[in-house]
Amino acid sequence: MARTLKCHVGIGPDVTGEALVASDNFSARYDLDRIKGVFSRPQHALAGQSYHDKILVLNTAKGGVATAWMLHEMTARGITPKAILFNQANTILAQGAALANMAMCDRFEDGDVTTLINTGDRVTVKPSEGIVVIE
Amino acid sequence: MQLTSEEQAMLNGERGPARKWAIEHQIQVGRMFDAVDMVPVSQSHMMADPESLGEAGVAFMENFAAMDEADRRVAIPMITDPRGVDLSYYDPLGQTEEMANLERRFIAACQSLGIIMTDTCINYQTIMPPVLGDHVAYGDTGVVIYSNSVCGARSNFEGGPSALAAGLTGRTPRYGLHLDEHRQATRRFRVASEPQGLTDWGVLGAVIGRKAGSYWEVPVIEGIERIPTSDEMKHMGAAMASYGSTPLFHIVGVTPECRTLGDVGGEALAVEDITESDLDVLREPFGAKGKTVDVVVFAAPQLSLVEMQTVADLCRGRKKHGDTAFLVCTAASVYSDAERMGFNRAIEDFGGKVLQGTCFYQQYAREIGEANGWKRLLSNSTKIVNILGGYGYAPALASMEDCIDSAVAGRIV
Repeated sequence: MARTLKCHVGIGPDVTGEALVASDNFSARYDLDRIKGVFSRPQHALAGQSYHDKILVLNTAKGGVATAWMLHEMTARGITPKAILFNQANTILAQGAALANMAMCDRFEDGDVTTLINTGDRVTVKPSEGIVVIE
Repeated sequence: MQLTSEEQAMLNGERGPARKWAIEHQIQVGRMFDAVDMVPVSQSHMMADPESLGEAGVAFMENFAAMDEADRRVAIPMITDPRGVDLSYYDPLGQTEEMANLERRFIAACQSLGIIMTDTCINYQTIMPPVLGDHVAYGDTGVVIYSNSVCGARSNFEGGPSALAAGLTGRTPRYGLHLDEHRQATRRFRVASEPQGLTDWGVLGAVIGRKAGSYWEVPVIEGIERIPTSDEMKHMGAAMASYGSTPLFHIVGVTPECRTLGDVGGEALAVEDITESDLDVLREPFGAKGKTVDVVVFAAPQLSLVEMQTVADLCRGRKKHGDTAFLVCTAASVYSDAERMGFNRAIEDFGGKVLQGTCFYQQYAREIGEANGWKRLLSNSTKIVNILGGYGYAPALASMEDCIDSAVAGRIV
C-alpha cells in the first residue's frame, strides 16, 4: 500500500524513480565523479554507487557553493539524480535545483527521511504539493 | 512573496529577460525558505569556476551577454570568486586549451554584464569588506562565513546562479541569515587552549563545523582570549564552513554581534567542550609523516599579502625537492603587490609557482592531479584537505613551516 510523506514545499517538477538512501550528507563537488555518475569520495556511505536517475535520500547538504552550478551542468549532460530529498537542504542545493529544474524537497513531518524511505523503494516526489509517495 | 512595484515589473518582463529570469529564480528559492519579501543588497559575489560551470554554464552566461546592454548590466557592484585557469600559466599544470577557452568565454560574458573580475575568495581582505548590518549576496562559503561572523554583514550562501540573480535585481529573498532569528546562537562551544598558527585555527573551525553539522546551526565560541588576526579568522571560518556548511559563528567578546554571550542568546545553551582529543581525531586522517609528498599547495582560501610574505620568508635561500611540486594561489591584486615586494621572486627561486586569481581545488583538481601524477598533497589548509579526497588525492595537513620543510625534503617531515 502506498504511503504518503508530507514535507515542506520544494522545487522542481513531479518525478518518479528508485530511491538510493544513506544517512550521510551531500556535496556535488566533494562527493561525486560527475563524469562517471558515481559517488567518488571514499568516506561517503554511497561510495562507488551510481546516482544516475535515482531519487537520492540524504541527511543534509555540506560544503561549498559549487553544487549550484554543478546540478545544472550534470542535467545538461544527462547524468543526474531525478530528485534529492533531504532532512534539511541548505540554500545552495535549493538554488541549484531551481536552475537545473531538478526536484528537491526537505523537512519531513514524520521524522528522519533517511529512515522513512529504503534503498530500492519506488518513490514519487511532488515538490509543489510538498508530498512524497512511497509505492 | 510580497513584491514591490519594481520587483513586479521585473517579473512581468518590463526590465528585460535577464531580470525576469533572475527574479523568477529568486522567488522559487525564496518560497522554499518561506521568504516574505526581498531585501536590497549592496554587493554580489559570484563563484563560477569553469569546472563547475561546464559548457552548459558558460553557454547560460553567454545567453545573457548577447542581450541588449540595458537588459544585461548588473544593478549593483558584482565581483567574482577565483577562476579555474590562470591564463598566464595553465599548460605546465596539465590544463588543456579547451579548459582555457571555457574560461576565456566566461570572462568575456561576465565583462559584458559589467561584472568586476576580482577573482578572489578573500574580497573581505582585498576589495571592499562589508560593514555591520550590510545585506550582501556573497558566494564562496569562506567569504560568507567571514563576512557574517567577523564583519557582521548579512548573507546566505549564494551559489553562482543566485549571486548572478542578485546582481541583476539588486536584491535577494529575505530568508536565513538576513533575519535576526537565524543569527542567534544554537550551539555553545568552549575552547580550552587557544590555537597556535593558521592550521590550528583551521582545525578548530573544522571540529566546530563538524559538530554543528548544518547550515541552520550557529555556533558561539567561548574561551578565546586573544583577538585573532584576520588570517586566523579566515582559516577558522573557511574550515568551519567546509566541514559543517556553517555560514555564521560568534566568538564571545570578539565578533561584533557578540560582545557578551547574552547578545546571541547563548546563556541558555548547554556548554560543549572542545577537547584535545576532538582536535586529534580531526587531524588523524591527514597525517602521513615520512611519506613522499607529490605536491605542496597553499590555497583555500587564497593567501593574503601577509601570508605571502611569510611563505616567501620561509622559502628564501632554500630549494624545494626536485620531485615535489609547490604551488601558491593568491588573488590577482595580492599577486601584483607580492611582485612589487619580491615575495613572488623568493617563492619562484625556491622552485615554486605563484598562481594568480585561482584556487587549487577550483581549477580542475582531478585533471591536473592525473596529468602530473600527483597523489599525496600537503597543505596547511584544513579546508582543502577536506575537499580533495573526493578528487582522488591522499591529502595531508601540516603547518605552513612544516609544509615548506617537507617540500625541501620531498617527504612529510
